[in-house]
Amino acid sequence: MRDLIWMIPALPLAGFALLLAFGKRLGEPLAGWLGTATVAGSFVVTLGVFLTLRTDGGADHRLTQSLFTWVPAGSFKADLGFLVDPLSISMCLFVTGIAALIHLYSIGYMHGDPRYHVFFTYLNLFVFSMLMLVLGDNLLVTFLGWEGVGACSYFLISFWFSEEANASAGKKAFVTNRVGDWGFMCATFFTFSALGTLSYTGIIDGASALPRSTATVIALLLFVGAVGKSAQLPLYVWLPDAMAGPTPVSALFHAATMVTAGVYLMVRINPVLAASAHWLPTLIATVGAVTALFAATIALAQNDIKKVLAYSTVSQLGYMFLAVGSGAYVGAIFHMITHAFFKALLFLGAGSVIHGMGDEQDMRRMGALRKLMPITAATFIVGWLAIAGVPPFSGFFSKDEILVYAWQKSPVLWAIGFVTAILTAFYMARQVYLVFFGDARWGEPVPEAAASPAANEAQQSAAEVDDTTATDANDEAPVAAHAASDAGADGHGHEAHADVHPHESPWTMTLPLVVLAVGAIVAGALNMPFFDRLKVLEHWLAPVVEHGQAHLTVSSGLKVGLGVVTVVGALVAFALARLVYLRGRQDVAEQIEQPVFARGWYYDSSIAAFMGGPGRRLFDAVSWFDRTIIDGAVNGVATLVRGGGDRVRVLQSGYVRNYALGVAFGAIVLVGLLLSRAVF
Amino acid sequence: MMLASTLGPTPYLVLGAVLFTVGAVGLLVRRNPLVMFMCIELMLNATNLTFVTFARQLDDVGGQVIVFFVLVVAAAEVVIGLGIIVGILRRRPGATADDLRLMKG
Amino acid sequence: MTSLLFAQLGTPHRIQTPSVAWSGLLPVLVLLGGAVVLMVVGALLPRRSRHSWHLWLTLLIAAGSIGCAVPLWFRVRDHGPLSILRDAVRVDGLALFLGIVIVVGVMLAALLTDGYLRREELEGPEPYVLLMLSATGGLLMASANDLIVMFLGLEILSLAVYVLAGLHVRRLRSGEAAMKYFVLGGFSSAFFLYGIALAYGATGSTNLTDIQRFLATNTLTNNGLLLASFALLLVGFGFKVAAAPFHSWAPDVYEGSPSPVVSFMASAVKAAAFAGLIRVFVYAFALDRHDWQPIVYVVAVLTLLVGSVLAVVQTNVKRMLAYSSINHAGFVLVGVQAASDRGVRSALFYLATYTFMVAGSFGVVTIVGRRGDNRHQLDDYKGLARTEPLLAFAFLVFLLAQAGVPFTSGLWAKFYVIGAAVEARSFWLALVAMLSTVISAFLYLRIVLAMYGGADEADEAAPAVPRLRIPFAARIALVVSVVATIGFGLVPGPLTHASKTAVPKIAAGK
Repeated sequence: MRDLIWMIPALPLAGFALLLAFGKRLGEPLAGWLGTATVAGSFVVTLGVFLTLRTDGGADHRLTQSLFTWVPAGSFKADLGFLVDPLSISMCLFVTGIAALIHLYSIGYMHGDPRYHVFFTYLNLFVFSMLMLVLGDNLLVTFLGWEGVGACSYFLISFWFSEEANASAGKKAFVTNRVGDWGFMCATFFTFSALGTLSYTGIIDGASALPRSTATVIALLLFVGAVGKSAQLPLYVWLPDAMAGPTPVSALFHAATMVTAGVYLMVRINPVLAASAHWLPTLIATVGAVTALFAATIALAQNDIKKVLAYSTVSQLGYMFLAVGSGAYVGAIFHMITHAFFKALLFLGAGSVIHGMGDEQDMRRMGALRKLMPITAATFIVGWLAIAGVPPFSGFFSKDEILVYAWQKSPVLWAIGFVTAILTAFYMARQVYLVFFGDARWGEPVPEAAASPAANEAQQSAAEVDDTTATDANDEAPVAAHAASDAGADGHGHEAHADVHPHESPWTMTLPLVVLAVGAIVAGALNMPFFDRLKVLEHWLAPVVEHGQAHLTVSSGLKVGLGVVTVVGALVAFALARLVYLRGRQDVAEQIEQPVFARGWYYDSSIAAFMGGPGRRLFDAVSWFDRTIIDGAVNGVATLVRGGGDRVRVLQSGYVRNYALGVAFGAIVLVGLLLSRAVF
Repeated sequence: MMLASTLGPTPYLVLGAVLFTVGAVGLLVRRNPLVMFMCIELMLNATNLTFVTFARQLDDVGGQVIVFFVLVVAAAEVVIGLGIIVGILRRRPGATADDLRLMKG
Repeated sequence: MTSLLFAQLGTPHRIQTPSVAWSGLLPVLVLLGGAVVLMVVGALLPRRSRHSWHLWLTLLIAAGSIGCAVPLWFRVRDHGPLSILRDAVRVDGLALFLGIVIVVGVMLAALLTDGYLRREELEGPEPYVLLMLSATGGLLMASANDLIVMFLGLEILSLAVYVLAGLHVRRLRSGEAAMKYFVLGGFSSAFFLYGIALAYGATGSTNLTDIQRFLATNTLTNNGLLLASFALLLVGFGFKVAAAPFHSWAPDVYEGSPSPVVSFMASAVKAAAFAGLIRVFVYAFALDRHDWQPIVYVVAVLTLLVGSVLAVVQTNVKRMLAYSSINHAGFVLVGVQAASDRGVRSALFYLATYTFMVAGSFGVVTIVGRRGDNRHQLDDYKGLARTEPLLAFAFLVFLLAQAGVPFTSGLWAKFYVIGAAVEARSFWLALVAMLSTVISAFLYLRIVLAMYGGADEADEAAPAVPRLRIPFAARIALVVSVVATIGFGLVPGPLTHASKTAVPKIAAGK
């Protein structure tokens, strides 16, 4: 299988090409099956390569394949080559595996869409790009994939989008990702000038010899790139908006694979991180932890079923960065894998619910779906328990490992992670109770009084696309959704109620759910704590992360203690959520949610009242920062450029003699400058 | 040759520079396109003077031959320039350089 | 130099002429001869014909010129550069590489011209003849090894383009463009010539090889003359490539000139001017690069910023592209500023790929401009993706390439240039270049959003606007440009390899 590495990305590429050429003729559902088959084939090849690597990997556990010299330029040379090592093959396994499942799911989900084949065309292109990103043996190939997944993401965000929202969300994603790309590109140049190579083997082998400052700059710039791609503070804003794309896209791009590219990159260059200044890992861990907490608080107050998951994704990615910063590279990858399973599961489950509810996304108009959609409900609950960190589900093990390393790094980081874990359990429980339990509230009018503060918060702190737009955008039939939400807003909810017939989804959609649910349960077995023999993933990844991995000095007792505390916290959160959202019903929920969570956790008057004057000012400062710097950065720069442009534009007066004066003036300045060199 | 030997090349070079500047300034201050063309010619001829001076100084006939090339180019420029200006004046009689500013910004 | 032409050897009655390796000049001669032939044949053929005789003849001649250049390319690669006419012309990799780029620019512009002339009811073979004559000048510039030959090349190139700018005789803007271009062009040429005179005075020769040798062996006690000549030569080159602060003509001239001609100006004319700039500064003045590098640095920064910032405030697509082409000139200057073989290669690569992008872009502009060549506002592009999806896609490719997006040749072009700057330790310049990319990304995004958004208005306006007609020849140009842009984006190897062959040795004076 050693020589077949190229087939891993080539199969989806072939699928892309075939769909591009014949997609329309193939039509539905053949186009979908073709797309699924190529990705599944890629998974099989990956499996073969994986087995080869296990048995036949050599001492350094690396297989490389160089196809051709891709970009020759002077002393600089980049091959189009692949590097297969434990890290990249693990990524490939779950990328192709999950992608195949999501392709299968999309066959059912996209049923009846007029642009059915186009969707699969993009999806295959995405898988190809993602595999290039992961398998590339140098920064340039990774960058190619990096940009490729970004481009597919823009295309698919706007797959169903209305004009204005398209512009807004697309622009946001474009600009924030540009910032990240800028970091990546600068890092590439620095790497080349420092090491004379861009290949990972060269970087990994040469990292220890790098001067500390150079290593720090490279790692920091790559971190900037990772922050953009993996939606961390302050560049997270695009991800919630991106949820407007079709749900399989959210599951594949914005939960399981693409957004983890930043984490992958950080793990990939762990020797550089190890060689950099000590404050950098701390910075990464802090950014991760703060993002995790920040996004979790926002997730508490969301009513859109996908928005909750979106913020939850940002939060979980924060955990992964916390892991990277704490030196738990294995933990980061471990959590990435488990997260891929349970978050893809949750998204697909949400998609199934949306599908079954006739394109309804507001959780306040759901409820009691567990009887009508038993498979979806059961698998969703598995995902919930996994993300909440209940043993023996996979999320428990990976999150626990990260928290232990965080404790070793700093108890403060652990505390933030712990609080986040509790919040995660709470908002996920809230989601499950609202969607699958309680009363059926299908088509009921949304209680506006309760909705507005939460909506405002959400808008201020993150997404600007309002809920209605996002809801519409995500529909297979936008017109119908308009009608539905209009009916709701007008208070004719009960007529609408009769029109909603929740039903279970077809097998192509439920099968992936079941497979992913199994994954979400057992993926924890990859890296069991305490028993060295059971740490399969850790041994497997050891050759890759040997430079960077921190050594755990925490005692077993403490480990158990931390684990128990986390689980108890999660269970308490469940109970609380049950109290609020099942027992207490709507009015009680409002009363409890509003002061404590919706307002309390972030920038609003209650925190100011709680903290007094300084808090108020801090809030003002934060919100000013948010408004002026984060949201306003784009507009600000644009205004600056525009203003500057308008001012300079006056010089372009249209008078040919003025132009001549400009030329003469330039000539005089040049002569002056050069002659000044002669004199001095 | 007498002059050259007694005066040296500097006055000629200065004269060339002055003529060049006169031409350049003339182009900047005059609005009549024909006069502007003449100013460009003046600049080219100032350059010719400089070439000849250097050629004398260096005792190299090449610099003098260049002058012929430049003269040919200047003649070609005049032809083209007049063609363009006639084309414009046919549609806008009496237009000066400043009248032509449909495009700006 | 010329005195040697008349050097009398042997019998006093026979004139000894230097042997001329005519084969080295074949690409130029074919183009020049072809232009004359076309002129004559054009007089015999009907001035207006259903068949595009002029176009096909032009393409044939241009292909012939490239056909002559290719064997030369291999000969030069294997046996070193050819020195012709007592070293006044030097056919080397650089000359052939950019020469081919220029001729390709002619072909693309010619393909666009055919449909344009029919639409605007203009006639005759003259535009094609002028394109080829102008390219002759460009080729001469690219291979000139003597400042006077370079001046002649520059003038041949420019004079033909002045006329081309005024080609659309019924359009006042076209006349204004020609007038502005001519006045400013003549003005800057005078500076250029004065620079040559000063360089001649300072070094005693106009031959670049002699100048280089002179500078290597002599130390000037007072090099004011030489430095002043640097400045004046830079004015001339800077004007032709539209570098700030000598850029002011470009937006007006681009807006007013016929769109196919603009594609030629932005591709071939720039390539020729950069060829001259590289030959004179990077090679002949290599030893004094510490004097001129800072100046080029400043000019590059200004050019990058002016090009990107002013582009953003435009509403006329043609002007936007004009400013963006200024921005691109800044990028090439970044490569030139590095003054290394790597920098030159990156500049060559940039010029080659940019030729396709810009020819394609102005090809789309030509078509969307509709009859009268006046519909260039951003609004005229609204909903283009709906009415003409393929055309919009082609434009999308060109715009993304200009923004330096992956999978297009533009990324590599920018990557190499910035890489060369980083290698030369011009970090701030590299940073400014990237910053300008971000700024101009807004501009390209604006056009893209106009094309792919605003469908509602387009629907309302639809009845008023007749459907676009895309002539067959223009289709060929667009397809070729798209294929080249994406092709070199996916596999830049062959082109980088060619640029490496073109600039084999380390730039002199390391």
